[in-house]
Amino acid sequence: MTTVPALEIRELRKVYATGVEALKGVSLSVQPGDFFALLGPNGAGKSTLIGIVSSLVNASSGAVKVFGIDIGTQREAAMRLLGLVPQEVNFNFFEKPFDILCNYAGFYGVARTEARRRAEEELRRAQLWEKAFTTARTLSGGMKRRLMIARAMMTKPRLLILDEPTAGVDIEIRRGMWRILREVNAAGTTVILTTHYLEEAESMCRNLAIIDRGEIIENGPMKTLLSKLDVEGFLLDIDGELPAELPHIEGIALHAEDRHTLDLEMPRAMHLNQIFARLDEAGIRVRSMRTKTNRLEELFVRLTGSKEAA
Amino acid sequence: MSHPNLVALATITRREVTRILRIWAQTLVPPAITMTLYFLIFGNLIGSRIGDMGGYTYMDFIVPGLVMMAVIQNSYGNISSSFFGAKFGRHIEEMLVSPMPNWVILGGYVAGAVLRGLMVGVIVLGIAMLFTRVRVPHPFITLATVLLGATIFSLAGFINAVFAKKFDDVAIVPTFILTPLTYLGGVFYSVDLLPQWASTMTHANPIFYMVNAFRFGLLNDSDVSMTLAFGLMLGFVVAFSAFGLWLLKRGIGLRS
Repeated sequence: MTTVPALEIRELRKVYATGVEALKGVSLSVQPGDFFALLGPNGAGKSTLIGIVSSLVNASSGAVKVFGIDIGTQREAAMRLLGLVPQEVNFNFFEKPFDILCNYAGFYGVARTEARRRAEEELRRAQLWEKAFTTARTLSGGMKRRLMIARAMMTKPRLLILDEPTAGVDIEIRRGMWRILREVNAAGTTVILTTHYLEEAESMCRNLAIIDRGEIIENGPMKTLLSKLDVEGFLLDIDGELPAELPHIEGIALHAEDRHTLDLEMPRAMHLNQIFARLDEAGIRVRSMRTKTNRLEELFVRLTGSKEAA
Repeated sequence: MSHPNLVALATITRREVTRILRIWAQTLVPPAITMTLYFLIFGNLIGSRIGDMGGYTYMDFIVPGLVMMAVIQNSYGNISSSFFGAKFGRHIEEMLVSPMPNWVILGGYVAGAVLRGLMVGVIVLGIAMLFTRVRVPHPFITLATVLLGATIFSLAGFINAVFAKKFDDVAIVPTFILTPLTYLGGVFYSVDLLPQWASTMTHANPIFYMVNAFRFGLLNDSDVSMTLAFGLMLGFVVAFSAFGLWLLKRGIGLRS
């Protein structure tokens, strides 16, 4: 028995009135229960893609199905399954969070009594209950983002799409949001995430697609894609000062970042023990080490040919 | 009320009414003050020197037009500012991504605007009753005229908001179209006083028919037949509703 994908996109094209071709025949499939990352540089077409899936943007051609339901022919049924957390804050600043959530549920046909129950549940989960009856414009940036996640969860969507939900929030709040998203995914909701923080995608997502200039240039399991990286980079903190001349080690690149830090780039197949042994022979004592770049970031930069992160 | 579309319709309407009541000082008080001034200046001070108009004191004569003017302006203003505000603040997206059909979105906003028109109408008519001997001999016609007039101008305000790209665009139509049509729609004078060419032009003004239908409801007197007035009003409701729904279906001004 074949599983119906949570999201299936076929040959999706979008040409704006300005003549800009934002999507050039994108095809993509996301399986139910997945935690999926959609990455790409600015202007790659991510927001257009999400806009079409959520019916905010009209496609020029192609098909989109949410759990097998075509959004072109059965938009209302498809939208019932979808939750969207957009990039820009898009709730009424003059309303109270509790009312924002209740009204949103009402748009989906959730009766007022049930909406009020769910609103309390979601606001508590987002740690916003204390702000439930204050005007939304007084919320901090992180609170506004959590409110948008809570709002999307009001309709219990089977597919949740988040467009850079953690942009501009501090690490503590970001981790709180990660916890919520993991809970949501663990409860069975398929999650699609775009983010500027590639370590976020690497730690949370099982599959990913990279889009660049309106085309999918890479798509598959995170582990498979990361294994394509044949080189890893590390920064080594050295006890004392580095010698004037660094040892030559076959197959690796070494150079001094400063007098106490060594920049190391090595093939993934090589063992660190071999390198540490050679450094030790040269009188270089390694006190600590850290990954030079995020692995996904490295892959992303190589594929898109850009230094600009997602 | 368990059908999802009815719940959604009630939600938009409730949100609109909540907004009207939340900013009551901007929505309900100004028409009351404006109308009181109209009655004091045009009705009492100047009106007493004008004498009778169509067999009524001038103050009685202008009541239907002033009430209708308040209803029209407030219905129009409510939906154009609220819907454009939702576009500007992007919270219109909450509705556009929802499974609501287009008629629910249009119906909810129109219902909110019509309710504001009704609230303002009741307030202004109440004030008018304090200053004049005007009562409501034809309550059904009075109510039907208010509802149809408010619906027509709610729909017109919605269309304006869909096309508006900035707040100035929302103000242009009331200033350059709605206000002249209202003032030239027989609010302050009987069409019998006009020369033939002006009388003919006035008959092309839809507000003229609303004011006269309302005047019939309050004063049992009108310059036009009720059949024609209600036929035209229903025609405008159907035409503007169809255009509004078409705009939503095409996503003009809303979806890229």
